[in-house]
Parts: sequence; C-alpha cells; structure tokens
Amino acid sequence: MSSPLLEVRELAVHRGRTPVLDIPTLRVGQGEVLALIGPNGAGKSTLLLTLAALLKPTAGTLAFHGEVLDSEARRQAYRRRVTMVFQDPLLFDTTVRENIAAGLKLHGVAAEARQQRVEATAAQFGITALLDRSARHLSGGEAQRTALARAFALRPELLLLDEPFSALDPPTRGGLLEDLGRILADTGTSALLATHDQAEASRLANRLAVMRGGRILQAGDLQQVMNHPDDPFVAAFVGMETLLQCTVSAAVEGVLTLALAGHELIAVGEAEVGDPILVGIRPEHVTLSLQTDKTSSARNQLPGTVTKVIPWGPFHRVELDCGFDLSTWVTPQSLTELALAPGRPVVAAFKATAVHVVRKGHPGGEAAQT
Amino acid sequence: MDLIWEGLRKALELLVGLDPEVLGITLLSLKVSGLATLISVVLGLGAAVAVALNEFPGKRLVIALMNTGMGLPPVVVGLFVTVLLWRNGPFGFLGILYTPAAIILAQAVIATPIIAGLGLAALQHLPPELRLQILSLGATRVQLVWLLLREARLPLLAAVMAGFGGVISEVGASIMVGGNLKGSTRVLTTATVMESSRGNFEVAFALSFILLVLAFSVNALLTHLQQARRPR
Repeated sequence: MSSPLLEVRELAVHRGRTPVLDIPTLRVGQGEVLALIGPNGAGKSTLLLTLAALLKPTAGTLAFHGEVLDSEARRQAYRRRVTMVFQDPLLFDTTVRENIAAGLKLHGVAAEARQQRVEATAAQFGITALLDRSARHLSGGEAQRTALARAFALRPELLLLDEPFSALDPPTRGGLLEDLGRILADTGTSALLATHDQAEASRLANRLAVMRGGRILQAGDLQQVMNHPDDPFVAAFVGMETLLQCTVSAAVEGVLTLALAGHELIAVGEAEVGDPILVGIRPEHVTLSLQTDKTSSARNQLPGTVTKVIPWGPFHRVELDCGFDLSTWVTPQSLTELALAPGRPVVAAFKATAVHVVRKGHPGGEAAQT
Repeated sequence: MDLIWEGLRKALELLVGLDPEVLGITLLSLKVSGLATLISVVLGLGAAVAVALNEFPGKRLVIALMNTGMGLPPVVVGLFVTVLLWRNGPFGFLGILYTPAAIILAQAVIATPIIAGLGLAALQHLPPELRLQILSLGATRVQLVWLLLREARLPLLAAVMAGFGGVISEVGASIMVGGNLKGSTRVLTTATVMESSRGNFEVAFALSFILLVLAFSVNALLTHLQQARRPR
C-alpha cells in the first residue's frame, strides 16, 4: 500500500508542562479534504501549526509521503510543499499582484513564469480586476481571496486552512466557500480545514474529525461522523441536538424498541434487551403534523406540545415537549399552516433510521467525560 | 529679531560664497553623523531582529535596557568614550581621541540604542502570525528577516531618522571626544557653541540654519524612501 500524503504518529505538544495536543494517529490521503471541528481551545490551530512544521511538537513524528520530517532541512523543504492560510489574511503592504507573487518569489520562480501563475490564480479566485490595487484597501472577502490565491499560486500539495472564513459576513463566506470547494476539487489539492462551523465543514470536506481538549474524539467519513457520532459531545457538536437516555425493551433483527419517559421509540441498531442506551435525533429529521399519519413511513409518531418557537435565519426552530425535549426546524410556511405557537398540540414524526445510537452503557460515562 | 535676519543673510553669504571653512565643517558633520547612523543601523537593527525573533530568559530585561539606552545623555557617553580612549585608557593604543573617528564612535553609541529600541517596537508591532505566514510560504530564515523589515519599513525608517536626528544635533559628546579642533573635529554643533560663546551671534545663527537645512534634507531623503513604492 502506498503511504498517505501526511501521517502523524504519537504527536504531543506541551505548553510548559500542560499538554495541549495529544494525537496518537492521523492520516490525510491524496485529494482528501479533512475538516477539524471543535470549540475554541480544542487544539485545532495548534494541530495545524504543527502539521505546517511551524511549531515543533514535544513528541511524535510527522511523515510526508512516508518520509519522516526529522531534520530542519527536511522541515524547510516540506514548508515549500505545504502552505497555511490564517484567519487574518496577513497580506503584505503592497499590491494584490505582488502579494500573490510573494510565495513564488521566495521559491525562486522566474519572473515570467511567476507572472503567468499570478494571472491564472487570480482568475481562479475572481480577483483579476483587483491585481493592481493596494492590499490595504480590500474588503474582508477580497483580502481573504488574495491570501488564498497567494497560497494556491504555490500549487501546494496540502493546504492548511485555519478558520479562513470566520471573520467574513455570510454572503461573502458563501461565495468564497463555493469557489474554494470548486478549486480544491479541480486541482485535486488535499486540505485540512479548521472551523467551528459544521455547515462550513460539510460544504468543503469529505472527512471530519471532531476535537476537544487537544484530542480527536472521532474521525471518519463526513456523513458517518455527522449521522453516527459515537460520543455525546461529538453528537452535540455535529448538530444532533436531541440526546436521550433510554433502555432497550426489545431487540428483533436489528430493530430496537426503546423505553423512554413512558414512550416507546423505534430505532435501528444492535443492542441487548435491558441495556441502557444513549440515542440522538437530528432536528432536521423530525417533521411535525397535526395528527398521526398511519400511512407514513415514519415509525415514530409522538404526540407533544410546542414549548417554544424561535426565529432562526430562514427557518424557525420549534421546541417540543413529548414527555422529553425534542427540537426541529420548520419553514415559515409550515409555521403558518400548522399555526405553531407555544401550547399547540402536534405530532412529531421521525423514521427509525433517524434515531442514532450514540453510546451504549450507563449514563455515568458522560459525567466522567466532562 | 535683527540678529536672526542678520544670521540668515550671513548663512546665505557663507553658503553661496562656498566659504571653505564652513563647507568643511558641514561636510564633516554630514560624514561623521552619517557614518555613525550607518553603523547604528547595522548594529541596532541587528539587535532588534535578534530580540524580536527569539525567545530567551531575560528578554524583558534586555528590552528595558534597550529602551533606557534611547535616552543616553550625550555628555555621559562623551565622558565614558573619553576615558576609554584616553592615552592611558584601555583603548588608548588606538590613538583616535580628538579625531573624527572618536566622534563617530561616540555618536554610534548614542544612536544604536535609539534605532534598536524603536526598531524593536516596529517589529513587535507586526501581527505575530505574520512570521508564521511568511515561513509557511516557504521562506528561509534570511528571506523571513528581509520580508519582516520590509513590512515594517515605515516605522523602521522613522527609527533611522530619529537616530540621525539624535546625533547630528548632539554637542556634548562631540566636543568631549573631538575637542572642536579647527579643520579636524569641528562640526556644526560644536562650532555653533564656540561662535555663540565668543559673541559672534550672526555666525552662530548661520551655522544653525545650515544645521537645520542639513537635517531637513537628510530626513526629506529618508521620508522619500519611506513613502516610495507604496501603492495607493
């Protein structure tokens, strides 16, 4: 088997005596876009700086194409094949053109080739018209496009992105995310993206790693982690807002019946009868109606009462009391049609496959983790 | 008031007439302070870069010392340099006391901490992540230093101007280590002091005006450098 693009082993970073990063293993394959998500202070930036060979780890090894970066010369050579983009665009006080050319100049690319590369990269990022402008007078989005173009002009094998969109307003961010996604796909560039926004992660990445306290809690295929988090923290961070502690009352051929606050939930999974179990339900998998629909494919149909309606961007977030708390998203249209308001009785419906087993075992485990 | 006009007229007369003695004094001032500034740029910026880019125990103390050095009184520097260069002093064998070299040395001692202190502040004012960004674009250590200096060029050139302004205008050290010897170590400031103590006010004014024009010209040149090639 060929070596992965980048492989990390037993990586540890300490600040003073405090461990801030502990990554036993992490691999990034060719053409892969891995999103690192987690709250502030989870160690995302520290991990990226270490992977960029800008921060020397306390312990552990970094291997690029199977070659361990064990000398300063190798680290320096590696830094010419991997480039990092920060949240702050950190542009030089010169023109956009000179900024995009800056890395190429450092690499010793000849003037003519440099010029061609600058023009081509600027076109990719839609900033050709800005080339002769001063980098001091750019908008946030234009500045970040210039910073990304400066990195891309180097044709890096791996791009490390440390929350490059966090400071941008939503429309600017949307446009840039779309362009960056296209350019990453077109060029087959591998990337690591640190973000605290799961939506951003799901737009760019095909793999996801959830971090907390300097560790990777779960890593895997994007959909796999989004829909099958194996830890309550990961579940909450990837948007699985409803987490319920239940007991398995029946298990027949992979279909589980779960007992919870006098209700029964039908779920898909493997467990033993009598097992305590933690399940999660993503709000977007829950639909509301005014009465039970016998013809629906949703095996779980629970009567409940609306407790709160919160406007949330283009949607409304509706919180329910079904004997336990459940939340969902509805469109303004449904809100009117169903006359949703606190106190309104409704039926919440979701499929058995929408109930994800987050963790088996006793609830004590969660307390021990926080 | 008449005295000032008279001084201005005299200054023009001395300049237009290319008075050899005044011309010599002016050129010596320029040469001595220019060289002292040049030495200070090398030493001061070197120190600023070393302190800015490295973490070491006692860094704060070093910075505090550099900042204190910005206020070194020229007469104190003059005294120390005189004692060190004195015939029986530790560097007496050099035999440079009362020569322009001694003035250059003393002025470099005055300007180096100014350029180092202001230069360090200029470098520390850059975003801390800029260094990482430059390295991540594949820069070598030398390329990193060059790009950082270029990014901080505005305040760095201001530091150079402050250093030059400090030494072209000082008189204490120059008179102590140079001795104000006619045709050898007489510079604009020491000559001004001498002429005014003799009561030759219009000559003193003339020398002062020349000093101001000189300081203005050098700073105008540095300002031009500072503001050049900055896109709008």
